[in-house]
Amino acid sequence: MNQRRSYQIGTGLFILLGFGALAYLATQTTSVANFQQGPSYTLKARFTNVGQLKLRAPVKVAGVRIGSVQAIDLDAAKLDALVKLSVDKRYADLPDDSAAAIFTSGLLGDQYVAIQPGGSPDMLKDGDEFVLTQSSIQLEDLIGKFLVSGGPSKPADAGANDAAKPAEPKSDTDVKH
Amino acid sequence: MSTVIDPKRPTPRRDPSVIGDALAQVGACGLFLLQLLASVPRSLRYFKETIRQVWFVGAMSLAIIMTCGLFVGMVLGLQLYYVLSIFGGTAALGTVVSLSLYRELGPVVTALLFAGRAGTSITAEIGLMRATDQLAAMEMMAVDPIAYVATPRFLAGIVAMPLLACVFNALGIFGAHFVGVSWLGLDNGTFWSNMTSSVDVWKDVVNGVWKSVAFGAVVALIAVFQGYTTPPTSEGVAYATTRTVVFSSIVVLALDFVMTAFLM
Repeated sequence: MNQRRSYQIGTGLFILLGFGALAYLATQTTSVANFQQGPSYTLKARFTNVGQLKLRAPVKVAGVRIGSVQAIDLDAAKLDALVKLSVDKRYADLPDDSAAAIFTSGLLGDQYVAIQPGGSPDMLKDGDEFVLTQSSIQLEDLIGKFLVSGGPSKPADAGANDAAKPAEPKSDTDVKH
Repeated sequence: MSTVIDPKRPTPRRDPSVIGDALAQVGACGLFLLQLLASVPRSLRYFKETIRQVWFVGAMSLAIIMTCGLFVGMVLGLQLYYVLSIFGGTAALGTVVSLSLYRELGPVVTALLFAGRAGTSITAEIGLMRATDQLAAMEMMAVDPIAYVATPRFLAGIVAMPLLACVFNALGIFGAHFVGVSWLGLDNGTFWSNMTSSVDVWKDVVNGVWKSVAFGAVVALIAVFQGYTTPPTSEGVAYATTRTVVFSSIVVLALDFVMTAFLM
């Protein structure tokens, strides 16, 4: 009888441990861990291009996460992207001339919304919209611009070459002397 | 109590070929599964026996599962750190380790270990019961051996496997965290935040759990079936135990491919 009871206690502990591990995996190592935010308020920002910005992407000030992207919609009238940001109530003091930009974390990382604080004494309130925004930088555009402007026939580039060339013989002579 | 499968009178072999044998095995195994499922309501009378089996196949397997999970996580940390460092993406170590554990390695390695640790002992135990005529004795006493011996072990396998896989995954994450952060000097915050931002509960964690439920059912079915239909000799029990490991490993890996293709 005693042994049967110890079986049952052992089984109960095992099941508890298993479900505990499952709960740990599900809540601490997945995107659920990012949801645990208290009361929040909503801000809006318009971008001409959101790039690969995803729902629940982080919203950061000075690199610190203060909220997440709640919704990304197309404004049918203006044909630009209307992004709703859910920001933690603890960070309610954002100046109303702050700028919102879409950055990429690292070269290949996920995109996030960075808020650069302004200097205005008035603060953004629930439902307000950012006046200054900077869209996501498209790598393809950058490469295209570089290819168009970076040819050797362009005067800007030739000047850069001229500036670079005199330096080389100097260093050569330095080595010789 | 009538049993369809009587090892004293093996299924008639009209086709002497290997393929025919294999087909007969698969068919008998399928019929046995139906018998098991049909006897689930009857085996509820022996609920405490099911709990004892969960203890035996689950709680007793914890030590090996935890040790192996820790080492698998640590080696994943080392290997993936090396691979990722080629691309300068070591920050993604947590993501890669957790995704490969949740989606693939956790369920599969746990199932293989489970077949070796719990499947073999189920087969050997039931096989010896068969060899020493204990199952026949149960029938004499009007105790249905399927409901009392086979089904509790089958259900215990289904219950224990996903829990073991979760423990395996958790220990694997700890192992990878130890190697990546404490040893190789990765940033702790990067490790966790990259993981939490790209691992999804339903697509990754829960899909892995479904996989391990299926693997638990398959391994337990094969183990119980092999034990129940073993030839009643010591050699027969030995062969049945070997077949349990071989068949369940093959079926788990094949089923893993099929399930991954469907669940992706």
